Amino acid sequence: MVFALTPIVSFAGPKIEVLHWWTSGGEAAALKVLKDDFAANGGEWMDMPVTGGGGDAANVTLKARIVGGDPPSASQIKGPTIQEYDQEGVVAPYNIDSVAQAEGWDNLLDPMIAAVHKCQNNSGPYCAAPVNIHRIDWLWANKSVFDSNGISIPTTWDELNAAADTLKTAGIIPFAHGGQPWQDATVFEAVALGVGGNSYYKKCYVKLDENCLRSDTTIKVFDQMRKLQGYTDEGSPGRDWNVATGMVIEGKAGFQIMGDWAKGEFTAANKTPGVDYYCSSTPSDNGYLYNVDSFIFYKTDDPDKVAGQKLLAKLMMGKNFQKVFNLYKGSIPARLDVPMDEFDQCAKTSNADIKTAGAKGGLVPSFAHGMAQGNTMKAALQDVITEHFNSDMSSKDAANALADSVLQNM
Amino acid sequence: MFKWLDKNLPKIVLAPSLGLISWFVYGFILWTFYISFTNSKILPKYELWGVGQYVKLWKTHKWLIAVDNLLIFTVLFLVICIVIGVILAIFLDQKIRAEGVLRTIYLYPMALSFIVTGTAWKWILNPTLGIQKLFIDMGFENFTFDWLVNREMAIYTIVIAGVWQSSGFVMALFLAGLRSIEDEIVKAAKIDGAGLFTVYWKILIPMMRPVFFTSFVILVHISIKSYDLIVALTQGGPGISTTMPALFMTQTAFHKSQVGLSAASAMMMFMAVAAVIIPYLYSELRRENVS
Repeated sequence: MVFALTPIVSFAGPKIEVLHWWTSGGEAAALKVLKDDFAANGGEWMDMPVTGGGGDAANVTLKARIVGGDPPSASQIKGPTIQEYDQEGVVAPYNIDSVAQAEGWDNLLDPMIAAVHKCQNNSGPYCAAPVNIHRIDWLWANKSVFDSNGISIPTTWDELNAAADTLKTAGIIPFAHGGQPWQDATVFEAVALGVGGNSYYKKCYVKLDENCLRSDTTIKVFDQMRKLQGYTDEGSPGRDWNVATGMVIEGKAGFQIMGDWAKGEFTAANKTPGVDYYCSSTPSDNGYLYNVDSFIFYKTDDPDKVAGQKLLAKLMMGKNFQKVFNLYKGSIPARLDVPMDEFDQCAKTSNADIKTAGAKGGLVPSFAHGMAQGNTMKAALQDVITEHFNSDMSSKDAANALADSVLQNM
Repeated sequence: MFKWLDKNLPKIVLAPSLGLISWFVYGFILWTFYISFTNSKILPKYELWGVGQYVKLWKTHKWLIAVDNLLIFTVLFLVICIVIGVILAIFLDQKIRAEGVLRTIYLYPMALSFIVTGTAWKWILNPTLGIQKLFIDMGFENFTFDWLVNREMAIYTIVIAGVWQSSGFVMALFLAGLRSIEDEIVKAAKIDGAGLFTVYWKILIPMMRPVFFTSFVILVHISIKSYDLIVALTQGGPGISTTMPALFMTQTAFHKSQVGLSAASAMMMFMAVAAVIIPYLYSELRRENVS
């Protein structure tokens, strides 16, 4: 035991312990790039992967370690949850801020996305580093199914409904959907952004305005959800998202509404965007729902670990990692100055759209993926959305239930 | 020295496990009880806050659904498991051939984890994969069996899977009970002219009272704790229609960052279990004292 510990104790230099759940396929391959980079810079990486439940198991482990007074050096935490941990006092004294200042993160990131990673209510020092930007409001469609039924990519929700009706008549499942609460909420936010518009989305789901939530627009959003529900098949409840993507790939279903991680399924099936499938945004007025994966850096007194945190933050925001990681993951770099040449058409569209959306006020945080609201409010919204989608609740009742649920959890 | 060791060995051997259990079980029950009176959000906090979490809990729509589901599930699970268990035990008690094999077949589901049971039944009950598809493929085109995806009926699919898993265990309990009754009683009843049905209905089943009681306690606490079966079978869906208290508790603590509210729900479950177990322990202990 003593012999086994000796090398670790005697090691002096950057050291980091990273809690994450990137253990499969592309994510693991991308992380290896980071690990190798870290080692090449003289650091020692202690890996702490916790698999299962899309991060659920990792979250449980993380909380146990924090309560036990021994947080890891860094872990995958994103959005407003970063602020929640900061308020618990486990992040200060913000070891990575000096790196962020030296590297000029303020100039490398969109100001809105930069703010997410600043502690003390989004305006203080940097305490987390973004690795990517996922877009949520994607419409994935099977090209041959669309073509053979004379459907082009819908640009309004009415066109989308008309397309779905055509497919239904042709005996094809129009809408491939996995009926799990987070997937229901994913579709809902795309509909809310499209049907309600950008300012409606911000007022309702970022600012949580009660009158907005009870408004006729919300009722219209729920009406569209009810229509979409009619386009699903009866095997939908409980289905995993990648199974739903598989239905689109095989041509059993017409389209799916899902974030850009769905692209990985198409790529794994050797399908090419524009040839075998369409990737386009769901109808909206230059809207863009973003979801950023980040790493947060916790308080530590060990100088080796502080050095490790600084090195990791620098590498994570480095051009090379941001490019390689996102090529694997299907998202786009959070850094704005990464060349997009090696990316596919979908990622290029995403990268171009985020700039337009930013200019036209359509760049909004996803609430279904924990970017607009903390976990409590996210769940409060999600519970009502999924209950409406899986029942015969009227749109008006659903809008009121949504407002009540928000008020109750304020 | 050896004499002392001889005398105290049981205590020495038991002490560590007693210590661990009192800390990790009873200590954490007390900890949870304390946390339920705090306003803990993402991480536990230790300032007292009052009964706010309990008030909030009973205003939470999802918790009320969970409680309703628990009542439906517990009653059906209990009644159906015991009825099937008793019937199977009586049939197996008829000194039939291959009893050992049959007994194992019925008892075997108990050896599976609820996750396996839940996953298997999820496929069997899925309308596009399982029974419904089988019948439609056989030519019954209007056959529907979509309970799993129907929010009104989904809770009953959990009952089906739970009963499938646990009724064999109840059978084993009753079979052991029936075997422990002396033959003379049955013979005496038969001499007095009682038929087989009367023997069971009037004599043997009433004598099984302790077994009924044991089954009741075991099944009720399985049902209050049920978590893995729901996670595997429905994940609380469609929507939130099959949420149960244990699922509510985990989701509230780890997905919703409401540790205090979750602790309050855990205490409600603890009290429900206590309400069942304490009278049982009381009667058991009293019986020991009497004898």
